[in-house]
Amino acid sequence: MIQNSIIEEASYEIMKKAAIDIPEDYLGGIKSVAEKESEQLSGFVIKTMVKNYEAATEDRRPMCADTGLPRYYVKVGDNARFQGGFTGIERAMRSATARATHDVPLRPNRVHPLWRTDHNNNVGINSPEVEWSFEPNEDWIDITTVHKGGLFGTDYRMLFPGDGIDGIKRFLLDTLISFGKRGLCCQPAIVGVGLGGSKDTCMQLGKQAACLRVVGDRNPDPEISALELELKEIGNGIGMGPMGFVGSSMVVDLHIEVGHTHTGGMPISVHTFCLSSRRATARIHGNGEIEYRTDPKWFTPYHRRETIGWEEASC
Amino acid sequence: MLREVSINLPVTPEDIESLTPGSIVYLNGIVYTARERVYDKIMVKGEKLPDNFSSLSNVNFHCSPAAAPQEDGSYHIGGVTATASFRFSKYLADWLDLTQTKIIIGKGGMPGDDYKNILAPRGAIYLTTVGYGTGALLGRGVQAVESVHWLDELGIAQAMWMFRVKNFGPFLVDSDLQGNSLFAQQGEIVNQNIESLYEGLKEPALHRYGETHDRKNELM
Repeated sequence: MIQNSIIEEASYEIMKKAAIDIPEDYLGGIKSVAEKESEQLSGFVIKTMVKNYEAATEDRRPMCADTGLPRYYVKVGDNARFQGGFTGIERAMRSATARATHDVPLRPNRVHPLWRTDHNNNVGINSPEVEWSFEPNEDWIDITTVHKGGLFGTDYRMLFPGDGIDGIKRFLLDTLISFGKRGLCCQPAIVGVGLGGSKDTCMQLGKQAACLRVVGDRNPDPEISALELELKEIGNGIGMGPMGFVGSSMVVDLHIEVGHTHTGGMPISVHTFCLSSRRATARIHGNGEIEYRTDPKWFTPYHRRETIGWEEASC
Repeated sequence: MLREVSINLPVTPEDIESLTPGSIVYLNGIVYTARERVYDKIMVKGEKLPDNFSSLSNVNFHCSPAAAPQEDGSYHIGGVTATASFRFSKYLADWLDLTQTKIIIGKGGMPGDDYKNILAPRGAIYLTTVGYGTGALLGRGVQAVESVHWLDELGIAQAMWMFRVKNFGPFLVDSDLQGNSLFAQQGEIVNQNIESLYEGLKEPALHRYGETHDRKNELM
């Protein structure tokens, strides 16, 4: 039986880790982008960012003061047993958010959209968001937090089957150029592309593709994987680097996630996860032991299943 | 190599004059934060600035710090990062006149016309933060909270914080006293390549409003 206090401890720790420590995969990715950058200003910006990650980890302070909109992704194993039901998990995560906001500190970004009232703890109506998913056979609970900025770098469009790959490329260029100017989307970024689903799922898939997959990870479909690499090159060929300066560093990696969609449409969303790609995951095992990591492992084979039922042995 | 300068605050007209777009700047002295809610309070509602304000600091940082009040009454400043400045353009002429501010620090610069028409004529320039996420480096540069105004009323993000800073940076000079802009110069170079990126890609099946050349056109 997993106790509420363990869930709260894990949620609190990942809030801290996400805000302070840049994930290794992103750091490696940005260093390899930096090696290819020949422009002086763009190169200076990236080098400064790398120093900033080091300062954050050394001082245990947030790498960016706009600590985004903290939120959670939870994956519950079929055999996980926990105290207090699902609402107990949610209560523990809300409490961890409020405590971490004070202790790290995180910026209390969450305000009411109309009255602008701020509880100073990043908790409020529908905040923090919690997305749930499940995994067969396992006895653990995976809790991932993502702190993503909220203002720039995301767009959605309904494309049609006839728009094809050209339509995808065009929309990617539109989004990266428009939000890349002056660096509003805080590139170089991990870019997520959501393709298909309903309009809301399309947005969700693209965001998860940006925030829940690590640099170097490829979609298991070989043709989608090839498209990921092709679109990454297109992004880096815009001629734009960090802050919209002349350069070649726009995309650290690009991930595509798909969902079956309306036969007449091909909705697309594009999301950029910023220079401070903040994510951290805790796995709480059935015996209460907590393991921390930076790869959310959200898109499991089960998560991407295409069939009615699921038999792990068959894959 | 990019030029690097360290400046003591309040900044002098001579220092301002010497800064050119693309130079790297570090600051020592007092900077204050102010954004929409402070601007509204002073300029729309007509409330008073803190005493001796202009003699304390002439550097306005568009920033909301990650700060937390401690039990002993002090403040724990973690990360410090700028917010996008273009949203505050409508306030700036009056604000600069009222406060004699000479440096604006923020994210992403302001439209070139604002430099020519508002900042440069008032002897003021714009510094941008670097990469926008250097919260930890800038946080290190904050030595102390000199004072904080309207914290209860405006909240942590919108309150006016006065920071004593040392080796605070790096920042990049965006605008100079002629109204030139580093962002504009760089953007023009990037723009030259943009049309060619779309070559060979077919038009979308359904356009979006504003995407056609004539807004009376149907979208398809």
